[in-house]
Amino acid sequence: MDGMPGISRRQVLGSATAVALALALTACGGSAPSSSGVDKNGVVTVVVNGMPAKTQPVDRKNFEEDVKAFEKSHPKIRIDAREGQMDPKTFAAKLAGGQLEDVYYVYFTDPAGLIERRQAADISKYVGDVPYFKDIDPALMKVFKDADGKTYGLPTGNYSLGLLYNRALFTKAGLDPDKPPATWEEVRTAAKRISALGDGTVGYADYSKNNQGGWHLTSWIYSMGGDVASKQDGKWKAAFDSDAGRKALQALHDMRWTDKSMGTRQLLEIADVQKMMGAGKLGMYMAGPDNIPTIVKQFEREYEEYGLAALPGNATLGGGDGFMFNPKASPEKIRAGLQWVQWKYLRSPEREAVDSKRAKADGVPIGLPQPRLFAGGTQAKIDEIRAEYANTPVGNYRPFVERNAQVETKVEPPNAQQLYTVLDGVMQSVLTKEDADIDALLAEAAKKADVILAPVK
Amino acid sequence: MPPSAPRPPAGARTGARAGNSRLRRAVRENLVAYLFLAAGVLCFALFSWYPIVRGVLLGFQQVTFAEPARWVGLDNFRRLFEDPLFLTAWQNTGHFTLLALVFGFAAPFATAVVLNELRHGRPYLRMTVYLPVMLPPIVTMLLWRWFYDPGPGLFNSALEVFHLPAQQWLESENLAMVSLVLVSTWANMGTTTLIYLAALGGIPGELYEAAELDGASIRQRLWHVTIPQMRFILMITLLLQVIGTMQVFVEPFVLTGGGPDDATVTVLLLLYRYAFVYNDFGLASAMSTLLFVVLGLFSVVYLRLTRSKG
Repeated sequence: MDGMPGISRRQVLGSATAVALALALTACGGSAPSSSGVDKNGVVTVVVNGMPAKTQPVDRKNFEEDVKAFEKSHPKIRIDAREGQMDPKTFAAKLAGGQLEDVYYVYFTDPAGLIERRQAADISKYVGDVPYFKDIDPALMKVFKDADGKTYGLPTGNYSLGLLYNRALFTKAGLDPDKPPATWEEVRTAAKRISALGDGTVGYADYSKNNQGGWHLTSWIYSMGGDVASKQDGKWKAAFDSDAGRKALQALHDMRWTDKSMGTRQLLEIADVQKMMGAGKLGMYMAGPDNIPTIVKQFEREYEEYGLAALPGNATLGGGDGFMFNPKASPEKIRAGLQWVQWKYLRSPEREAVDSKRAKADGVPIGLPQPRLFAGGTQAKIDEIRAEYANTPVGNYRPFVERNAQVETKVEPPNAQQLYTVLDGVMQSVLTKEDADIDALLAEAAKKADVILAPVK
Repeated sequence: MPPSAPRPPAGARTGARAGNSRLRRAVRENLVAYLFLAAGVLCFALFSWYPIVRGVLLGFQQVTFAEPARWVGLDNFRRLFEDPLFLTAWQNTGHFTLLALVFGFAAPFATAVVLNELRHGRPYLRMTVYLPVMLPPIVTMLLWRWFYDPGPGLFNSALEVFHLPAQQWLESENLAMVSLVLVSTWANMGTTTLIYLAALGGIPGELYEAAELDGASIRQRLWHVTIPQMRFILMITLLLQVIGTMQVFVEPFVLTGGGPDDATVTVLLLLYRYAFVYNDFGLASAMSTLLFVVLGLFSVVYLRLTRSKG
């Protein structure tokens, strides 16, 4: 190759690289906005997610039946359903690549950030046409609104954290399973008695990993009458370096180290704790009603084995899920998508009857105390229908239902996930270090949280 | 180009026309080679260079993917430095890398030397050492999670047999990082051991024979023959290990989630949180650019070493 002058080779290589890069840049440089999605017959196709996977055959079959029934009653709309829900790992890539569904599933922690980043469509001018829209609980609608009151989505599920407990272990420990603890003092006593059963039994367990520790600590602090973040003189500040914060951490510390009723293994997350409950080795943990079917299904348990009580104290954390709309979706798609979400998830009393009948036949649980999406008369009608078809031991959830009305449900703080990361550390320290300095931990965490909260408007 | 091809006169370099015709001729004569080359370059450009360039650019932008990216200059980097976890993450990563060198560098070398000395069962033991590399990382992590379980875990059960106090392997701030390094060493040492074994096999037997004739002990042979002969390969694996361990992610992600009290938050774990928990791709890209620069420095050293040897 001596004969070939180096400069030419470099030129050729350079040009090839430049062409390749230019090609790559044009190929990946952005996506065309989606079309209106209406064909020549006036039929609009809406891409939605939330379709259950094939591994859940009953749910899948019901979903597909619903799509057919919906398309029959709405001949101008076609539903193109996709598996999966909100996956933060692929969300941005899908949005960037023009692959995001027109209607997508979100948890209550997502909307604030998605609205701020303009990753959701403003649907204010379309929601007026949605049947029963006015009856949706205003507290839940608030999650999907911005500071100007514009609407960006609809809630389709909600929960508030209570205490999920194993009735058999309560009986075995000499506790009355129909009278679960109503104060933190009683929780502590019950946990001690359950862990005294030995054989690896844990009285009370809580999370402390992957932001779930922060999530639960927030609920602990709410229940002690405190707050995690508050607005002072128009600026958000950390509010957990307070008596409530100290009380919450002291209670956890004492149960872990003085009573030794929280087991030795820490840095747990939801799947670990559910496994402990499913294995019959855990007395109580903080959970919403939706945890019960998960445990029953996953660990082949019976509904009768579990009870649910409201969270002790004054307040608890509430959350839920819903659907938002692709910012690039056409008005036609948004209108059609709204009809689908309302028809499928925000059940009218008429739909609730159809659904409950089918669910009962399929063995799908009916009778859990939540979700309750509507306010007033509409919810009362739905509750009546659910009671009629109930196939779960509703009596086991009475301690939750009866007292939960007195417990205030508070939403998650702004920039929740970042704050939870900080609070995870606090939770971990208290559960893994016997000599944890609670005051210093709270002060240090508050400093970090102030930085996180500073940009919040 | 055939060896008989005439070398163009020096003066022709200045003439644009002559240059063009020379280029055309060079391209024509090597067309097939260039086509093959272009395919490779295109693949690299698309799947390696473009994402890298785009990644660096994202570090200077605020990206929502819903609307065009906005240039924010060094704002993302400023926010990075303000994050109280930023320094912790780098310190933890440095801590992990150092510990990984202590365990991960010595263990495979010692194993390779021992395996090399064995007369029987060497293939079987070689496979045993390599086995963990073949396990999917998540299986390794779950296995070790059971080893470390403070209740009925393997390690604490073993300690109990010897009447030693149980340890909080993953829950103690002092032990958590060491525990992660042990997992990582166990999972990855197979490959390095094989490389060392191959290198040991390449050391001429006469050197050992001569040393033995001079009355050298095993330790002296190791010190005066084995290590000097393996110096180059040891240096390369050391650098590769630094580059590899600085990107530690799976171990803290699965086993500790960065805890207890942020003791195992590493650079990549923080980067993951920025991107996929907080949805802040600008911040994540700025962090990855910094990591890229640091690892780039090590790569330069690596390239220099391999070049000088070559």
